[in-house]
Formats: sequence, structure tokens, C-alpha cells
Amino acid sequence: MSLIRKPLNRRSILRAGALGGTALAMPTIFTSRAWSAGYLNEPTGSTVTLGFNVPQTGPYADEGADELRAYQLAVEHLNGEGDGGMLNTFSSKALKGNGILGKKVEFVTGDTQTKSDAARASAKSMIEKDGAIMITGGSSSGVAVAVQALCQEAGVIFMAGLTHSNDTTGKDKKANGFRHFFNSYMSGAALAPVLKNAYGDDRKAYHLTADYNWGYTTEQAVRESTEALGWETVETVKTPLAATDFSAYITPVLQSDADVLVLNHYGGNMVNSLTNAVQFGLRDKQVNGKNFEIIVPLYSRLMAKGAGENVKGIFGSTNWHWSLQDEGSKAFVQSFGQKYGFPPSQAAHTTYVQALLYADACERAGTFNPCGVVEALEGFEFDGLGNGKTLYRAEDHQCFKDVLVVKGKENPSSAFDLLEIVEVTPAAQVTYPPDHPQFAGGALGTCNPGA
Amino acid sequence: MDAILLQILNGLDKGSAYALIALGLTLIFGTLGVVNFAHGALFMIGAFCAVTLSRLLSLSFVTIDETQKDFLGNPLKVETPYVEAWFGPQTGSAIIDWAVPLAILFSIPIMALVGLFMERGLIKYFYKRPHADQILVTFGLAIVLQEIIKYFFGANPIPTPAPDVFSGSLDFGALVGMDPNVIIYPYWRIVYFLFAAAIVGAVFAFLRFTTFGMVVRAGMADRQTVGLLGINIDKRFTVMFALAAVVAGLAGVMYAPINSPNYHMGMDFLVLSFVVVVVGGMGSLPGAVLAGFVLGILESFASMAQVVALLPGINQIIIYLVAIVILLTRPRGLMGRKGVMES
Repeated sequence: MSLIRKPLNRRSILRAGALGGTALAMPTIFTSRAWSAGYLNEPTGSTVTLGFNVPQTGPYADEGADELRAYQLAVEHLNGEGDGGMLNTFSSKALKGNGILGKKVEFVTGDTQTKSDAARASAKSMIEKDGAIMITGGSSSGVAVAVQALCQEAGVIFMAGLTHSNDTTGKDKKANGFRHFFNSYMSGAALAPVLKNAYGDDRKAYHLTADYNWGYTTEQAVRESTEALGWETVETVKTPLAATDFSAYITPVLQSDADVLVLNHYGGNMVNSLTNAVQFGLRDKQVNGKNFEIIVPLYSRLMAKGAGENVKGIFGSTNWHWSLQDEGSKAFVQSFGQKYGFPPSQAAHTTYVQALLYADACERAGTFNPCGVVEALEGFEFDGLGNGKTLYRAEDHQCFKDVLVVKGKENPSSAFDLLEIVEVTPAAQVTYPPDHPQFAGGALGTCNPGA
Repeated sequence: MDAILLQILNGLDKGSAYALIALGLTLIFGTLGVVNFAHGALFMIGAFCAVTLSRLLSLSFVTIDETQKDFLGNPLKVETPYVEAWFGPQTGSAIIDWAVPLAILFSIPIMALVGLFMERGLIKYFYKRPHADQILVTFGLAIVLQEIIKYFFGANPIPTPAPDVFSGSLDFGALVGMDPNVIIYPYWRIVYFLFAAAIVGAVFAFLRFTTFGMVVRAGMADRQTVGLLGINIDKRFTVMFALAAVVAGLAGVMYAPINSPNYHMGMDFLVLSFVVVVVGGMGSLPGAVLAGFVLGILESFASMAQVVALLPGINQIIIYLVAIVILLTRPRGLMGRKGVMES
């Protein structure tokens, strides 16, 4: 009796070889370990380095400082130090407080200066010289778009900080880039119903818009949302980014037929234009038998502080606010407040969350390989990080979550108590199809592992 | 018509700031021959004098209010300003409310000292160096000063409101028999314009009607001859540097309620103020004041929506455009003196 039932031939050997190969490959194809193939800055020692690219100088340095505080807190929590913050409330339980994939988290910092060139240079340096596996941070859409493109070319993940322009996850979206922060479209969609309730559907709006990318997308979003309500847009005027005195732009508003002024400004522009508008008595004015109103589509507590009493009663939108009472927000505010003595800003919140989301994605993917991280983040649904149930949409790498409509508080009880939440707009109301005209153009492309 | 009137009014307060800064620049250039790129920083330091005094007057002691909670759920720490405890709540809050006007007195010695230190400590070593060296060192100094301010006060603008009594606006239209609510102008900007006019008048009167001023003017015209007469003109010029610093500082103090001070505000004004000096005529004090107001008003007009719609971007280049035209037609500027920077 022969042990070989069938004679060996070339075809059977090839077939057996193919089957054997497939069987051997099976565990790696269907698990994320497949991503352990070579990639840029693969951590080989006991540590992993993250790159925090924030504005440490320039006009947004205070926001940058708050982002850096949040990152430092996130690193502590990831490494198992402190009270754990939002790790305790995060719906995903992949993170164990022992670093990322067992490697202690270390970090390097760069200064974006809120300039695209400087931001790219500092990100490049952190990737090439410090071996950063991921870049995160920033407080400007121009910077976010520039650094996102660099990270895509280099082959590392970019977790955007505070960037509100539609373009970051619209025409300039990249496979290696992810944004947790909300965007201009969402601001418009969240604000419109609240404005209708507060001011009615027969209004004439005058827009002053910062003359750069973010200003354009915000103006378009608010204009389209309010026009859909029945509002008329009387005039849209672009103001130079470097402008400090807006009186020459405010006074024509007095002579127009407008009864609402929309200030598509951020940072110092917002502080100055709002202050000027209030100084010129716009808020005491009556037009068309109605009280004149001012709207600031994107609010930030740090900016509201700069505008002082002028923000009282003025509507705007924000990504997150420290007064939220969900478990995640409370845990973060407690943790941040204990460490630094004041509540975190929305910039601090979004950057802290981005650091946790990246770490969690690595844990779930079982690798630091950018392509594994991309796969883990795409379509990822989570909760417990301060914005309710959230989806990282696969098509554009934009987070979809509740948006806050806020109003300048009339009687603040402390220096931090400047904004009150008027409405938590559900995620469904601010969700748009990936091919929405405001996000047209550009393609996500494919992930780049860099090696 | 009302739009034109409004833009003229708008130009007046911006022009006031340009004129005050340019006046100081011209004083320094005319006396010491130094092109001082740190002059905008002096304007910024003046504004932060207002911020500092406002903070000093608001210094508080803390009491714990067990009935209220802070953001962490701990008993609320209630801060009560010392001035309110010392002088009673009404008087105390009125003192805090008037922080900006009070800062005028507070800033004069500070700005004079800053000016003296700047001139004696650094700039005097560059008198005989080329203008390019002077520009580099004073520009570097401006960056250092603004970084120091940013270190202590942060990068965000700090609201520094005018006293409540000046917080409203004047209905200028109703006043001159036009439609009400169309030409509205904030009270504080009117105060700023009047203040600037008073400062300019005081500086001119000082130079014209005092012996000190006469010597300085003589020194500006012919330094060597004045020196040969046994007068220590250098010492007087140092005093003029301090005076110029005070003028820039006062301009900054009173500007604080118009736009919340931030560390960069000096740079925003500096370049335009230099253009103002050149347009007015290097070394000409009346020229600096005249050009300040003219360019301020032109800038306001160029920012009108109708003008921008016709000539996009004109609002950002108008001042430079006018400067080119004036320098082509009148190379010494509007009121430039013969011989200044022509050797």
C-alpha cells in the first residue's frame, strides 16, 4: 500500500503551495497585524513619540498654550498617571493606561506661529529629526490644510486641532488627516433654527468677512443657512486679515437697510470688529422696526474674554463648552481644572480628544502603521468624550456630533463664565452628504505609510 | 453726504493716532537723527500702562462663599477689589471705571523712564551709525519689547473699557439736522480726537514758547552752532526722546478702549506711521500731523464697500499709493524741509 495516494505532479505542488501560503497568511490578512509592515518612524524601543504642533508665538499663542496643556494631560492619562480623565468615560476600552501598545508616550513640540510655512517646517522637523509618528494641533485652517498635506506626503497621521473651515475635510481632505472639530457648515446649520426662533424669518443680514479661506466658507455656510430661512443678504464685505480698526467697515452698516450684522471673524479680528460694532451703537439701534442684532458664527471662550462685556447676548456656535454636564465633559473639566486651576477651552478639549482617539485607534489596530490607524478611525463610532455619540465618517474623515449654540452671558458669575449654552443641536441636524456643494472638489486618496 | 461725513469722522480718530505716533517719530528724527522703529512699541507699552493700572486698581482679596460653587464644585472664591473695601463699593468701582483716564498720569513717568532707558541704554550708541543699522537695532528692540509684553500679558487682546459715561455714541446726524441713527459716532473717539489735538497743541506750544523748546528748535536747525554756544544740546535731545516716548505712550493709553490692547498693536501702527512721516516730510512736525489726519481719512474712504467694489484691494494699498504720488510730485513730502536726509 502506498502512502502516497495520488502521484505528485507540478500542478498539485503548486496548488498545495498556494493553499499553504494562504493559510499561513490568513491570520495577518484578517487581523490588523498586516499593517506591521514597514512604515515611517516605526517605534522600535520602549517609547513612542507624538508631535504637538501648536501656535506658541503669534496671535493664537494663548490657544496654543491651552492646546499644549491638554496634550500634556492626555499624555499623562495615556501613560497611566493622574486621574485618567476621559479615559474613564470613553466608550472604547482599548486604552489601558500603559502608553500606546505598551510603549510609553513621549512628545515633542513645534511652534506653528499660525503661519503655514512655519507650521510645515516645525512638523517636518518633528517627523524627520524627532521621529514623531503622529502630528497634531494647530489653531488655524490655513495651517491645518498645509500640515495635513505635509503629513500625507510624509506618511504620518495628522490629527487636526482647532480648524473650522469646510475645506479641511472638504476640497483639501487627505487620507492621513482627521478632524474632530466642527466646521463652518455645521455652524450655519446649528445657528439657523435658533436665529429664526430668536429673531424671526424676515431679516436683512450684512456680512463682514475675514478675507481668507475660513472667512469665505463661514460666510457661505451662514449665508446659505439663513437665506434658507427667508433672510435676505444685503451685503457681504471682505475685511483684511490685518485690519485692527473696523470702524470704516462698521459705519456703512449703519446706512444700509440691514438689521443683522454677521461677523465672520475669529481671534483678534472678532474681538476688534465686535468691540467697534458695539461702540458704534449697533446694538442700541432699531431698523425696520426691529432691534439690530449681531451674530458671531464661531465663538471661543478665550476670544469672548478679549471682547469683554461686548459679547453679552450675542449668538454664536462652539464645538464644546466646559459647562456641559455629560460624564466625559465633567471628567475632563475636573482633571484639567485640578491641574491648571481654570477650565479648559474648546481648543484644549478637541486636542485632548484627538490625542486619545489616535492612541485608541493604534490600540484597536494593533499597530502604529498609519494605514492601520486610518482603517481603525474610519467609520469609528464612540461616546463619552464630551460631545455625545460621535462618528468619524470614513468618506471625509470628519467627526459628526452635536454642535453647541451659545450666547454671551448677561450676568457672568466668574471670569470663565462668559458663554451660556442655548441649544445642543443634534448631530443629525448638522450632518451633510459627503458630496455637498460646500465640500466639493478634492479627494481623500489613499493612506500613505511613508515607507 | 452722510456716508462721506461718517468716513471723515472715522478718519479723524485713526488719523489722531497716526499723527501722535508720527509726531514722536519726527521729534526723534529731527533732534537725534535716529530712525526709531521701536516707536510703535512705545505706543503699545502706553496701552499696556492702561491695562496695568486697570489690573492694579482691580487687585482683590479673596473670601470664600460657602453658598456658591466654582467650576470644580468647590466653595466659590469671591474676589473683592481693595479699592472697593477701602473707599466703599461706589467710589471704589468708580475709581476702577476711570482706570484709563487715570492711566494718563500713571503712564507719563513710566513712558519718560522707558524713553530715557531706551535712548541712554541703546540708541545713543547708534547715533553715528548708518540709518540701516539704526533701523535694525530699533526693530530688534521692538520685537524684544513686544515679546516681553506677551510674556506677562498673553497674546489675546485684553478689554480695557472707557469709563461708563463715555460708553455710548453721539447721534451726530440728529445734531446737525439729518436723519437720526445714521451718523453715529462713539463718545470715546471724540474724546480721543480732542485729546490728540490737545497733545499736539501742547507739544507745539512747548517747542515754540519755552526757552527749552527754542534751544531744541535751534539744535534741530543747526546742531553744531548751538553746541559752539556752550549749550549741551545732547542732554536736551535726550529729554526730547523721553518726550516723544511720552507722546506715543499717551496715544496708546487713550487708544486702549478703542481696540483691546494686544502685544502686536504697535507693529500694526508703526509702518503706517513711518509712511505718514515720509508723506508729511522728514523732520516736519506740522507735516507729520497733517499727513496723519489726511492719510487716516483717505484710509477710511478707501474702506467703503462702494470703493472696494470698484477697486478691489484699494483699502490695503491706498496709503502707499498716496505716498508714491506725493513723493513723485513733492519729493520732500507735504511740508518737508530742505536739506533733511539730502546730504
